[in-house]
Amino acid sequence: MDVFSDADNLDVYVTGFLWILKLTLVGTLGAVVIGTLLAAFRVSPIPVLRGFGAAWVNIFRNTPLTLIVFFCYFGLYSTLGVVFSDDLELNNFWLGVVGLAVYTAAFVCEAIRSGINTVPPGQAEAARAIGMTFRQTLTMIVLPQAGRAVIAPLGSILIALCKNATIIGTIGLMESSNAMKELINSNGQAVFQIFFVFAGTFAVVLIPTGYGFGWLANKMAVKR
Amino acid sequence: MSTDAVLYDHPGPRARARNRIFTVVFGIALVALLYWIYHRFDVKGQWAGTLWKPFTQSSTWTDYILPGLKGTLQAAAIAMVLSLAFGILFAVGRLSDHRWVRIPAGIVVEFFRAVPLLLMMFFIFFGIPFVTEQPMSPLWAVVIALTLYNGSVLAEAFRAGVRSVPPGQSEAAYAIGMRKGQVMGQILIPQAARAMLPVIVSQLVVLVKDTALGYIISYNELLQMGVNNVAANFGNVIQAAMVAAAIYIAVNATLTAVAGWLSKRTRRSGKAPRTTRVLAGATDQTTGA
Repeated sequence: MDVFSDADNLDVYVTGFLWILKLTLVGTLGAVVIGTLLAAFRVSPIPVLRGFGAAWVNIFRNTPLTLIVFFCYFGLYSTLGVVFSDDLELNNFWLGVVGLAVYTAAFVCEAIRSGINTVPPGQAEAARAIGMTFRQTLTMIVLPQAGRAVIAPLGSILIALCKNATIIGTIGLMESSNAMKELINSNGQAVFQIFFVFAGTFAVVLIPTGYGFGWLANKMAVKR
Repeated sequence: MSTDAVLYDHPGPRARARNRIFTVVFGIALVALLYWIYHRFDVKGQWAGTLWKPFTQSSTWTDYILPGLKGTLQAAAIAMVLSLAFGILFAVGRLSDHRWVRIPAGIVVEFFRAVPLLLMMFFIFFGIPFVTEQPMSPLWAVVIALTLYNGSVLAEAFRAGVRSVPPGQSEAAYAIGMRKGQVMGQILIPQAARAMLPVIVSQLVVLVKDTALGYIISYNELLQMGVNNVAANFGNVIQAAMVAAAIYIAVNATLTAVAGWLSKRTRRSGKAPRTTRVLAGATDQTTGA
């Protein structure tokens, strides 16, 4: 009666978590790149860039990810005809990645900006005093120090991203939550077993990851 | 924005010229992007008046959007009250002196923080009915899942809050003969709750956003009623999604403003450290789920 000894069921489980893994990896890359750029925009001397960064953060941070993913599918894909891949499943994957990255980038931006705030102003003033430009000050003095302070909040943002990847199931990707739903519907006698295997997988991976980021943040912290 | 000027010098003539060039270049790129979106909409006929007209009729609002908003706020409000109770209970549990309370409370909090909300919701909505043999109401599936997740997050926040109260407070309370329960209930939690008030309100923003997951299990909230159902009737997904997004943003921006005002109030009354000069201006942080 063991649900997961059935090869088909095991396959559903593995495929589900492989999608989560791929979404997390690609989504993280996108979110960190866009988020860092947005943070740089928000502290730059150019008002248009600052406004753009602020608008992005305020719009996407306050909109539910479900709505963003919904919009990516029905708006970008169905209505506006934005197509990433001919393979339907792969196309849904990329639409999901866009939604995840755009949403999470707003949080990454705010985390980096508050990381910048932990750097004493004297550092930037000293950099300016020896004639560094804004870009030099930011990339050579401020961001490397801010990066260490940002590890802990960034860690929780990335863990949230991994959990949020389940929401991409809304647009028909067979990721873990859809996989669990399917297994529950065909194996009503073992709902608890199925739930604890799926939830347990997340817990076993994410709880140590959280502590790992905490440890790393501590180790890398700038002692002031 | 004048506080930001620590990162760069006051622009001289050359820097001003360079900034102007950047402004123009980026402005052009932005206008080009906006035009591309406009053009894309135009090609697909998304500016047609019939698609936008439903939002000028009161029936669209009274039949779809407002009931949806009510569903969203109702689920968020119930879940908030329950998760506050859950949070306080498990924060106290984790701070207990007894190992047999502390460890189970810790396991529960860590577990529910690590499990995706949607997985939880699916289990409650699709799995539990197999056990109880009666259907689960979508509202309660949403509320229970939100409570377990946000309650665990709040439990951690409260725990941090209680530990941030200076030890002299509880020492003084013990010295005048208070018992453990009294110290926690009358000395530590009131001070922690006050310090944690902005965090609690920020968590409310997360909660309002997460109610949108209810759409997936057909709970009648804003995304279901205001986007899905409106679009099904008028064929205007993009327009409906934009209106719904604007409503979410308005609600959450209001809550964020309240959180900011609260944290300023707490700061003004003395205990928290004064604001220091910072590089990037004021920031507020909530890790979204």
